[in-house]
Amino acid sequence: MADIDVAGGDSGHKKGPGVKKAKKLSTRVDMTPMVDLGFLLITFFIFTTTMSTPSTMKLFMPKDDKNEEDKTEVKESGALTIMLGKGDGIYFYEGQLEPNGSNFQSTTYKQIRDEIIKKKKQVISAHYHTPGCESLQKGAQERGNPDWKNACKDKDFVVVIKPNKESTYKNAVDILDEMTINQVQRFALIDITEDENKLVKATEASRGIK
Amino acid sequence: MPSVKIPRKSTATDMTPFVDVAFLILSFFMLATKFKPPQPLSITTPYSVSSEKLKEQDAVQIEFDSAGRIFFTMNVKNQAQDNGLKLELIKQVNANRNLGLSNSEMVNFQNYTTVGSPFNQIKSLLALPRTERDKVKQPGIPVDSTNNELATWIGAAKVAFQGKQVFYMIKGDNHASYPIFKGVIEALKKNDEYKYKLITDPKAVPPGTDLYTRRASGAAGD
Repeated sequence: MADIDVAGGDSGHKKGPGVKKAKKLSTRVDMTPMVDLGFLLITFFIFTTTMSTPSTMKLFMPKDDKNEEDKTEVKESGALTIMLGKGDGIYFYEGQLEPNGSNFQSTTYKQIRDEIIKKKKQVISAHYHTPGCESLQKGAQERGNPDWKNACKDKDFVVVIKPNKESTYKNAVDILDEMTINQVQRFALIDITEDENKLVKATEASRGIK
Repeated sequence: MPSVKIPRKSTATDMTPFVDVAFLILSFFMLATKFKPPQPLSITTPYSVSSEKLKEQDAVQIEFDSAGRIFFTMNVKNQAQDNGLKLELIKQVNANRNLGLSNSEMVNFQNYTTVGSPFNQIKSLLALPRTERDKVKQPGIPVDSTNNELATWIGAAKVAFQGKQVFYMIKGDNHASYPIFKGVIEALKKNDEYKYKLITDPKAVPPGTDLYTRRASGAAGD
C-alpha cells in the first residue's frame, strides 16, 4: 500500500546553531482512498448500466373478417398446426386433425424447428407450377430474397399457431420467432379448438404436467 | 564470515497506473451509461432473433408482468409537445368514462403517464403526488372481453396523437399467461390497430436456418 513518506527533518547536517533547515516534505500522496472511491463508482455504474438495447419484433395481425368470402383458404396438404400447452408443452399435427387424434404428436421447443423445416421442404417439393408464380418470384427477387426461386413454391405452406389458455407469453413469442427463423411467409395466431384442447389436456394428464 | 545481507525493499508499490486504469474504466461507464427509467413493473422479456433496435418514438407502450397486471404508458418523442398530448389523453379518457377528474389531477397525470389501475381507481390514484403514486401497488388495467378498459386508453391515445404515426409497443414478461397477451391484442384490434412491436431481448440466429442463410447473403430486413 502506498504510504506517506515523512522522511526529511533533522536527518541532514546542521549549518550551525540557530539555523533551521526547511523541512522537506514528500510529494507522494496516499492514493488508497482515491482508488477505493474509484472502484466504488465503477461498481455502481456497472450495476446500473443497461448495455444491450432491446430489440423489437414486428407482429402483424389480420383483421377479424366477418364475412366468409374474405377468409384465407388453406390447403390441407400445406398446413401445419402447432398447439402450445402448459409447462412449455408443444404439440402439432399436419393437415387436418384425424377424428381419433392419430396424427396428433407431441414435441419440444427444440425439435419443433426440424418439424417446420421438414414440412416446408415437403410443401416445396410437392409444388407444381401454377400461373401467377412468376410475379411472386419476381417480387421476392426485387426484395433481395436469395431464396426467390422458392418464393411461390412455399405459398401453400401455412403454419397455424394455437396457444391454449395455460401457455405463456414466452411460448407465443418463441414460436413466432421460429416463424422468422424459418422464413415462414404465412402463419396465423388463432384460438385453440375444443377438440384440440382436449387432446392437449389428455397428453398433459398422462405425463403428469401440472 | 561475512553475513549475506538481504536488501530490504519497500513494500509500497506505485499505484498511479492502477488509478489511471480505474478512472479510465469509470469514465467509460459514466459516458456509456443510460439510466434505466423508473419502472413500476419488473419484466423479463423473451428473446427473439429480430435485429430491429428499439428507438425512441411516438408510441403507446403496453406492459404486463408475470402476474398479468397490465400497464399503459404514452411515450412522446418530441418533449416540447409532450405535455399538450398527454393532457389531451387524460381529457379524452375523463370525458369518455366520466371519471370526474379535477384539473389539477389531470395536470398531475401528465408528469407521469404510466397507469395500471381500473377506471374506478384512477381518481384516487391521481390525487396522490408522484412520489406517493410509485408506492401504490396498482392492480393493472382490465382487458376482459366484457370490460376491456385498455381499449379505451388506446382509443384516447389515438385521438390525442391526432393521426400521427404511432407505434404500439408490447412489453410482456416471459411468465405472463397467454390470455393476457390476447387481451392486449383484442384491445388494439378494437381500435383497428393491427401492427405491433413486441419488445424482446436480442439473440443470435441459429446457424443453418433459412434466416441465417438469408442474413449471411446480405439481404436487407426481415
